[in-house]
Amino acid sequence: MSTASTASAASGDRRPNYLNVAYGLRSWLLTTDHKRIAILYMITITFFFFIGGAAATVVRLELMTPQGDVVQPEDYNKLFTLHGVIMIFFFLIPSIPAVLGNFLIPMMIGAKDLAFPKLNLASWYFLVGGGLFALWAAVTGGVDTGWTFYTPYSSMFSNTNVMATAIGAFLSGFSSIFTGLNFIVTIHKMRAPGMTWFRLPLFVWAHYATSLIQVLGTPVVAVSLLLVGLERLFHVGIFDPKYGGDPILFQHLFWFYSHPAVYIMLLPGMGVVSEIITCFARRPIFGYRFMAGAVLAIAVLGFLVWGHHMFVSGQSMYAGMVFSLLSFLVAIPSAVKVFNWTATLWKGSVTADTPMLYALGFIGLFTIGGLTGLMLGSLAIDVHVHDTYFVVGHFHYIMVGGTVMAYLGGIHFWWPKMTGRMYSELWSKLSALTVFVGFNLTFFPQLILGYVGMPRRYYEYPPEFQVLNVMSTAGASILAVGYLMPLIYLLLSLGIGPKVGHNPWNASGLEWEAASPPPTFNFDETPIVTGGPYVYELGGGVQREHA
Amino acid sequence: MSTHEVSAREAKHAHGHEHESGHLAHHFETLDQQSKSATLGMWTFLATEVMFFGGLFGGYAVYRAINPESFALASRQLNVALGSINTFFLLTSSLTMALAVHAGQTSNRKGQVRFLLLTMLLGATFLGIKAYEYYEEFEKGLIPGLHFNSKGVLQFPTSFSELAVRRTQLFFIFYFFMTGLHATHMVIGLGVLGTLAVLAHRGHYSEEYYTPLELSGLYWHFVDIVWIFLFPLLYLIDLHK
Repeated sequence: MSTASTASAASGDRRPNYLNVAYGLRSWLLTTDHKRIAILYMITITFFFFIGGAAATVVRLELMTPQGDVVQPEDYNKLFTLHGVIMIFFFLIPSIPAVLGNFLIPMMIGAKDLAFPKLNLASWYFLVGGGLFALWAAVTGGVDTGWTFYTPYSSMFSNTNVMATAIGAFLSGFSSIFTGLNFIVTIHKMRAPGMTWFRLPLFVWAHYATSLIQVLGTPVVAVSLLLVGLERLFHVGIFDPKYGGDPILFQHLFWFYSHPAVYIMLLPGMGVVSEIITCFARRPIFGYRFMAGAVLAIAVLGFLVWGHHMFVSGQSMYAGMVFSLLSFLVAIPSAVKVFNWTATLWKGSVTADTPMLYALGFIGLFTIGGLTGLMLGSLAIDVHVHDTYFVVGHFHYIMVGGTVMAYLGGIHFWWPKMTGRMYSELWSKLSALTVFVGFNLTFFPQLILGYVGMPRRYYEYPPEFQVLNVMSTAGASILAVGYLMPLIYLLLSLGIGPKVGHNPWNASGLEWEAASPPPTFNFDETPIVTGGPYVYELGGGVQREHA
Repeated sequence: MSTHEVSAREAKHAHGHEHESGHLAHHFETLDQQSKSATLGMWTFLATEVMFFGGLFGGYAVYRAINPESFALASRQLNVALGSINTFFLLTSSLTMALAVHAGQTSNRKGQVRFLLLTMLLGATFLGIKAYEYYEEFEKGLIPGLHFNSKGVLQFPTSFSELAVRRTQLFFIFYFFMTGLHATHMVIGLGVLGTLAVLAHRGHYSEEYYTPLELSGLYWHFVDIVWIFLFPLLYLIDLHK
């Protein structure tokens, strides 16, 4: 990024930064600094990630053998529900926006903070509050409805802690809405002089599109959960056939949010990948305006495809056909993204640093996730594979292969900016490879299992499915190692990692011109922006300037 | 917040914005940028509110389209006269709210307090009448559940299918949930206006800074507009027949 006037890049040890400006628990719990709130979020969602991961571990252990042996059937239902609820509401949805977006958006647009710093802090408290409800529900008996809370099971029949879990999800929804609202206003009103819309990094575009979904989709699932709660309390509700209601209405309202929610999880990952690919290919992004348009197109189209979750639920055949067609349309902007990343790599000077390994992994895995999504969006194939492990494999390719890969890639890319330290190159590359191998070994067998007919959410299965299930469980073990490794070497880097300058990757975003770690208000003087976001010359190469 | 942070912030503040008023937060460049951000934030919040109520309006539309006769029959049991009076009170409260904002723009402290209190009085009257309506409906046995229509106030024509009979009860579920959610928003609004009245009395708002008044006004008008949709959709179905 070329700027006429920028912050001083020199980062002497003595200069106060956002980490050492104040000490003590109070200075963190009452902070309004977007960077500190991002760190709070990072700690929180890491905690939830490992809780959700523990539940998945028991699920995979149970599925090692065809017969049920590790847990009781009821507990199995509670475990996969816990896994889904925690991972979706308390890890994936906040992950990239609340951590990386929170930290980086003000820096990328040359602002001192988000537009509403107190609301930003409040959003973290809502997430923590919601998470406590969900955890309390889990330890006092659990909930067995699946993360989807389908009526009438959730509203009339389940004797588990549906209420507390739904309240937890409801509160986390407010957290998500506050974050989205903050980003929208910040991106509209807080851009530095010269930072026009088409000079915004694609990371910011992706978060803008995400925020629109958060703000417009989340309230609908909020009101649906409220209705489920009231139906449980008073045994009277609009989803109950006894009063002329229809459980299918719940599915419509639920997926009206929960399909776009997939894009809340995915679009920020696309933003991360665009930043990483350009930096490590030393090339400007190919087709910038199409890339910006594509994230908006995905956000808009994402609101029109929810019915593809309900092909076999009894919705009208004609509705199914329209939803199928619209679902296929999402493939167009998604393919624009993948082709343009590939074109950016073309003739680039590509280096395989850790963030790049994650970003390249994202592109490959997202492509598989997207193509299997097209299969599921076809009416005839969906009837065959509905509610099988094919669906499970598909959405894990999107959410884990896509979002988690991008999140880890982003953490590795901006870690030196956030902490001022560099982590071990060897260990980080090793972890990226471990995650990639473990991921594919876990989920590719699930695609096959589903295709040959293994239903999801069953804790027993016919013996002929065992080989593939054992492969999947083995892969999950490798994946778990791959996830534990960054936890260790990133924490170690805080103490023993070499200190880095303000721009260790020689990257071109505005955020790299602030010191590492940045001071409380990011820039000493408001920057004046004079050019686009991806100023890379071929052959520039990454200069590791470990100080 | 630590003393470190405060002093750093105040130094920055004093350095950069000596000419601006004390209402400017540290991370904005100008008061104009700050108030425009706040306004956009409020509109975005109202968009989430539209979607929140939108789920209910969507469900209402589907069921009414399938069984219009059930909704019309059930709607006759509501008290149109009280609903109309309430509509009048609520619309008037929007007027007094707008006058309170105007008093803010003209630095009229007394006017701010007076019109805010008047708006609250009208809002509270609305809630009181609404509560009386609920009592009436309770007396008529129209609360959904086991004892619905136990007093037989709803007379179903023989042309009604079993589903159509059930959907009269569904109408009342929508009625109580939608008006209840609306009333909840009004109670929150009353709390906000009460706070504003205290602050206005202390002289917080003037032509230089009245953003909270304006944004609370937007919220109040939004709650009003929701009622403008609820009233005909619930009370006036097929009234002309």
